[in-house]
Amino acid sequence: MTNNRLLPYLLIAPATVFLVLLFVVPLVQTIALAFMDNGVASLTNFRKMAGDLNFGLSIGNTFLLVLAVIPLQICMALVMAMMIQKLDKGRDLVLWIWIIPLGISDLAAGLVWLAILQDRGYFNTVLNMLGLVDGPVNWLSYEAPVSLFVGVVLAEVWRATAIVLVILVAGLQLIPKEYGEAAEIFGAGPWTRFRKITLPLLKPSIQSALILRTVLAFEVFAVVYALSGRNFPVLVGEAYAWQHVNQNNGVAAAYAILVMAISLAATVIYIRALRTPPEMQP
Amino acid sequence: MSEATVSLRLRRVMFWSGIAMLCAWVLVPIYLIALGAFGGRAGVFRWPKNLLPWDSGLAAMQAFLAVEGVWTAALNGALVACLTMLFSLLLGAPAGYALARYRFAGQDAFRMLVVLTRAFPLAILALPLTVTFIRTGLYDTPLGVALVHTALALPFTALVSSSLFMGIPRELEEAAWVFGCTGLQAFRKIVLPLALPGLAAAAIFSFVISWNEVFAASVLTVRNRTLTAYLLTVLAESPLHFRFAGGFLLILPSVIFIFAVRKYLFAMWGIANR
Repeated sequence: MTNNRLLPYLLIAPATVFLVLLFVVPLVQTIALAFMDNGVASLTNFRKMAGDLNFGLSIGNTFLLVLAVIPLQICMALVMAMMIQKLDKGRDLVLWIWIIPLGISDLAAGLVWLAILQDRGYFNTVLNMLGLVDGPVNWLSYEAPVSLFVGVVLAEVWRATAIVLVILVAGLQLIPKEYGEAAEIFGAGPWTRFRKITLPLLKPSIQSALILRTVLAFEVFAVVYALSGRNFPVLVGEAYAWQHVNQNNGVAAAYAILVMAISLAATVIYIRALRTPPEMQP
Repeated sequence: MSEATVSLRLRRVMFWSGIAMLCAWVLVPIYLIALGAFGGRAGVFRWPKNLLPWDSGLAAMQAFLAVEGVWTAALNGALVACLTMLFSLLLGAPAGYALARYRFAGQDAFRMLVVLTRAFPLAILALPLTVTFIRTGLYDTPLGVALVHTALALPFTALVSSSLFMGIPRELEEAAWVFGCTGLQAFRKIVLPLALPGLAAAAIFSFVISWNEVFAASVLTVRNRTLTAYLLTVLAESPLHFRFAGGFLLILPSVIFIFAVRKYLFAMWGIANR
């Protein structure tokens, strides 16, 4: 049937055309924007980017954030997922509460933690009630980089652990219960079972959670912006500022290329490091 | 009581207090921003703060909604999110069906294209689109923003719907053909009703993706901002109580939608990641 042979192509055609127009073309355009200056190929935009005062800071801050946030999230989500496995009464309710942040945007999360951490905020109120501070303390100022960093980490962990949890819980559901039961019969304790059975079988899920979260974490900016303005420069925040404040989309594109290169490198590293041989997949 | 039962009990207490603490970790911040949102100007400057909602009232929220541009931005955001939902479903579901039901040359290339989008920070690709959109008249329109958001949501919708359709036995469709249904009829009467709840969940998730996206939305608009983009651009010059009210308004629809799709989320993610 000719009709049937054409049908799948007809079905994927709209999505393909769309993705080419809004993913492949802008990708090529971004590269062109970044590597061109007045129509000639040049590295001017990258030189301008690297020469900017905030450049080194924003790279350092972004990497520091990713390195602090991602491991914390993976560990927390693993603990939460294992707790959910043990739960039978109230499982649905607890799970729903834990995944609420999935629907919360980075900007909103930044504002939530601004309400808590601002100088007359709830955190200082609690410290005051405990007698630890006398008056409002400014945790988010330029002069307090450490507490500002901790604030951003808290907001990011609060908001984006839910997606890791969802991926891990979904992954746990795919692991046959018999494996754990068999190990238990042979005398493996809960910790050994977790390390030798659950963790290796969960590797594909951990890998996709890592890739998804790392790509998004390098894109972080609204959380930071809501908490501190430009006091804590990050890469995408700089791209936004170059586009909006300085009206220079060449340098903004250079930042975009940099973020993309880092994201791709991270993805490749994860795929290499966490490769699961097909015979070991559940 | 033997030592073993005591330690068992202690473990149960520790387990449940861990669960309770993690629930509080999620819920307390939401409660606190609600306090900030409903506390108004007086509440923001109050020191020390009242941790109970005695100073809150609806007046603060009403004042926020009366500010010029807030309602328009909220409606714009909802419109963009609805368009995104519609587009990603209309484009993604057929592609998902093709991936699930047919073997064809180029299938792997297509799957690759879809998966590849995940390794890219897609929203940043809105940068060069400003020029294209100004030229085509899409700049500063809800439609333009929705197109970019669809690029974000489409890969997800395509993969999820492919796994949904894979879960519906092909035999059901074939039986319908035997009884004289055309391909389209069989799809509409047999497959679609079975896939509908899952498709709805994927669509709602696209809504949330769009409603929350901030970079592309603020780069591509000037006057017709979505709520997220509007709040980001006025952030620096707006008073704190205004920001908290905005933050609360951003959270509200997402929480409701996540509640609506909670049953499907795990199935969706489990399969979308394979």
